[in-house]
Amino acid sequence: MIYEVPETVDSAVALLSGATGSARILAGGTDLLVQMKSGVVEPDLVVDIKRIDGMKSIAQEDGGWRIGAAVSGAEMGEHQALCAAWPGVVEAMELIGSTQVQGRATLAGNLCNASPAADSVPAMVAAGAVVRVAGPDGVRDIPVEEIPVKPGKTSLGKGEFVTSVFLPARPVNSGDAYLRFIPRTEMDIAVVGCGVSLTLDEAGTCTAARVGLGAVAATVLVVEDAAAALIGSKADDTALDKMAAAVSAACKPIDDKRGTVAFRTHVAGVLAKRAAKIALARAQG
Amino acid sequence: MPLDDQTPGQKPGEARQFKVVGTRPLRPDGIDKVTGRARFGADMSAPGMLIGRVLRSPHAHARIRSIDASKAEALEGVKAVVTRADFGAGDDDVADILDNCMAGEKALYDGHAVAAVAATSAAIARKALKLIDVDYETLPHVVDVDAAMKPDAPVLHEGLSDETVPDGVSQNVVHRVEFGHGDVEAGFAKADKVLERSFKTAATHQGYIEPHACLATMGTDGIADLWVCTQGHYMVRNTCAAILGIDQGKLRVTASEIGGGFGGKTTVFLEPVALALSRKANRPVKMTMTREEVLRATGPTSSTSIDVKIGMNKDGKITAASADLRYQGGAYQGSPADMGSMTAFAPYDLENVKTVGWDVVTNRPKAAAYRAPGAPMAAFAVESVVDELAKGFGLDPLDVRLKNAAREGTKSSYGPTFPAIGLEATLQAAKDHPHWKAPLGPNQGRGVACGFWFNFGGDTCVSLNITPDGTVTLSEGNPDIGGSRASMSMMAAEELGIPYDQVRTVIADTGALGQNEVTDGSRVTFAVGLATIKAARNAKKVLCERAAMVWGIDPEAVEWADGCARPAGDNAGKFPPMSLKEIAAIASNTGGPVAGHFEVNAEGAGVSFATHMVDTEVDPETGAVKVVRYTVFQDAGKAVHPAYVEGQFQGGAVQGIGWALNEEYIYGEDGRLQNPGFLDYRIPVASDLPMIDTVILEIPNPGHPYGVRGVGETSIVPPLAAIANSVSEAAGVRMTDLPMSPPKVLAAIQNG
Ligand SMILES: Cc1cc2nc3c(=O)[nH]c(=O)nc-3n(C[C@H](O)[C@H](O)[C@H](O)COP(=O)(O)OP(=O)(O)OC[C@H]3O[C@@H](n4cnc5c(N)ncnc54)[C@H](O)[C@@H]3O)c2cc1C
Repeated sequence: MIYEVPETVDSAVALLSGATGSARILAGGTDLLVQMKSGVVEPDLVVDIKRIDGMKSIAQEDGGWRIGAAVSGAEMGEHQALCAAWPGVVEAMELIGSTQVQGRATLAGNLCNASPAADSVPAMVAAGAVVRVAGPDGVRDIPVEEIPVKPGKTSLGKGEFVTSVFLPARPVNSGDAYLRFIPRTEMDIAVVGCGVSLTLDEAGTCTAARVGLGAVAATVLVVEDAAAALIGSKADDTALDKMAAAVSAACKPIDDKRGTVAFRTHVAGVLAKRAAKIALARAQG
Repeated sequence: MPLDDQTPGQKPGEARQFKVVGTRPLRPDGIDKVTGRARFGADMSAPGMLIGRVLRSPHAHARIRSIDASKAEALEGVKAVVTRADFGAGDDDVADILDNCMAGEKALYDGHAVAAVAATSAAIARKALKLIDVDYETLPHVVDVDAAMKPDAPVLHEGLSDETVPDGVSQNVVHRVEFGHGDVEAGFAKADKVLERSFKTAATHQGYIEPHACLATMGTDGIADLWVCTQGHYMVRNTCAAILGIDQGKLRVTASEIGGGFGGKTTVFLEPVALALSRKANRPVKMTMTREEVLRATGPTSSTSIDVKIGMNKDGKITAASADLRYQGGAYQGSPADMGSMTAFAPYDLENVKTVGWDVVTNRPKAAAYRAPGAPMAAFAVESVVDELAKGFGLDPLDVRLKNAAREGTKSSYGPTFPAIGLEATLQAAKDHPHWKAPLGPNQGRGVACGFWFNFGGDTCVSLNITPDGTVTLSEGNPDIGGSRASMSMMAAEELGIPYDQVRTVIADTGALGQNEVTDGSRVTFAVGLATIKAARNAKKVLCERAAMVWGIDPEAVEWADGCARPAGDNAGKFPPMSLKEIAAIASNTGGPVAGHFEVNAEGAGVSFATHMVDTEVDPETGAVKVVRYTVFQDAGKAVHPAYVEGQFQGGAVQGIGWALNEEYIYGEDGRLQNPGFLDYRIPVASDLPMIDTVILEIPNPGHPYGVRGVGETSIVPPLAAIANSVSEAAGVRMTDLPMSPPKVLAAIQNG
């Protein structure tokens, strides 16, 4: 195995493009190193991106926030302006692991590990996050939900990697929230995860909404029907029930050691409702 | 008499006044453990050491047609490969243990060892495992206890059932036991209400943090040394010697510091394999398990299926009680169905009681002991029914338990008549505690339950030596899992009348002492403590003799008090007291070094009871359960180091919380374990738990000089039931299937 620490995006792309065997990006390593230790993956080349310029920065851009691919959860949690703008995304990221894991784990790593249960991903989906990808053909921006294609697999091509995640400018009277269900209180994997982001007008009517669902299908789900149930409503109980029903209907889970189909489907609706209420309260200020 | 159980000046019948016992000195292993200096199983190395790895069966049940290791043996860096063929027939006594360490004709469970490799690096060893060809003929398997008992179930071992097993059940049923007295049918007929319920509990693992590890060295001269993480290195020595066909005296075993055991390290897994590899390679061999191996191939506890029937009158009096307890103990006989059957109704004074236990084998790893083996599941079933009956009559569940409580003179459900016991005291303390009256919030419930454990004594040796400068070293043969080094130092200091920090206790290797039972059965503070006190008394006798010699008086005229030899009375003569240090300084000139030792098969362990009280809150929309308040009331006889006693109470409660709520062995259709890791085998994390409050009761055990009873195991007996009673109240539906994981609780709420 070869370990490389490039200092520019171009050299990272060159290393990845030129790799003959299997190659992996190393960000925080909280997934990759665990997988390597247990023998699940045995990469020939590991490219550490933490020394690349800009990978560690959180910067304002067009009223939104650009988060470098090596920014850790702890760094996000300590960034007050980011927390104020996208509390749901930050709380989703901060749910990951423990204090130790927080010092390392990244948004991009959570996304590119392509686990259907990844916590930050439904929150990023709800936020309408856009991912910047660098590769042999240059740079492209793509919606976050287009990255994972199936468990453990992303849409990134050979030589490509994520350089940053962009959270767009936040309209006034908006709020987002993320909740997950785990059997314990921490150090666990989501049985269901739900991110909700919504915007209200002056009268308190919901004008925009996005709902992301994790751990109930092979990849993260964008639940348009759930968003539609909120838009145009005051997010009252009737609308929330309708939204919860849409969320449950969208679930395509499996029965496994972590939960039954019936359980996941039901709890997805419950969490969506609870998350929407938090997002609503945040939007109301 | 200066050396009896009383302190000088103590009147007969008066409680002894202790100086050291009952205080909370710093633990002697604390600094080593927080600085990383402590050496655990995997921390030892030897020159020329090889790394050993085990190849494990991917099948739940398969005949091993052949094993071809030639490609592995040819790999550069591989120094030895062993299979069952490298072990002799071995003694009958250890046949099952050997077969569990290295499969013979059949692989009996997913994870069963079939071959092992020793190589110059872990990477080479891992690579070598992939080069071993095992030709398996897969066989039908069974992992569920009730399914395994059915006459048409796949059979693990032909002809294993003994004469206690009736016709009409599978040969997987190895043994049936029965306990009780009176006439249960007549008793049920007299009851105002008879309630019958069935319960299930999943297999759980002890979940110790330190995986199994050892370093074995065996030379061509037949002399062997083993460094190992274990609860009992004498057991390791004897078992390995029997398996390898060597003399016990030739194998010296040293116990490492131990990162938890809870019963799971009371047998061997890697040790005979490491020795066999070392013998074949003629090099030291180190082996460590991964967490996955620990979960797949060491001993979890039994899963169970239990029916309980209890008859009760309106006033809460139990008229009769019976239980049918089915325990699968994995691939070999020896599940704790007998213990479950004996303990099930032990807290109650019953006229009519009967329990029947079934020991069943299945295609799972062999169950090992887990803290009060067999008792928590039985208590879960019995205490759930007692609770439901009490609440059905509108009675206070603590009153009902008090009404039926076993006390001194009660003929226990398993036979013996109880001496002084502390069950009523724990129930009364629970009733008087503010927790019992505290208001509950919405969706909360409160549960109580009692638990019993026998406790144990057994073979024990202690050697106490006084150094020339008068400090004391104590050698004992039981790995310190729960703070026993501190407790032994305290008891020695108490007896000798010297400060705690003047005594250092070490765990001696098997070459230094005679036979010692394993650290199990909550025996160490009781049995090793007893031996420590007696060894100290023997040393004091010598110290008094030396003073008598100096003073020129009769040794009988010298007594030991407050750390000094003193003339026993005015008639003995007037001499200033001689301290331990002063006598130690002249030991060489008065006959040689001073020591005391004691060897015993300790009896009179003294049973222990506990009552647990727990509040839980259930999220009615998700089935999630939160433990909001927990109080343990337990009889410790005498708490030598109360902080350690509290730790045992809390630890048992916490392991019980895990067992009750989330821990379970999950098997797929293919009979393979689905969750061999701490992500999906869910032991509680710190944030899942409230502070576990403790109330120590001290009803002295007449069998111990200071009144000590074992406390380590009883604490895990009540929690499953107490939590189930609490969750059932909070959820409004009776929970009879463990673990009460969120999907199960939600389904129960939704189905009413
Ligand atoms: C104890 C523990 C607890 C955990 N708890 C949680 C939890 O609660 N919720 C949760 O969702 N996850 C959890 N995880 C998983 C993990 O911490 C997260 O997925 C984390 O966000 C991964 O980020 P990382 O930077 O460490 O990724 P890495 O391990 O560095 O990378 C993960 C994967 O993504 C690829 N990758 C990383 N960065 C990029 C990039 N910029 N472009 C392309 N590919 C990239 C890597 O090659 C690798 O395949 C836990 C892990 C541990 C060890």
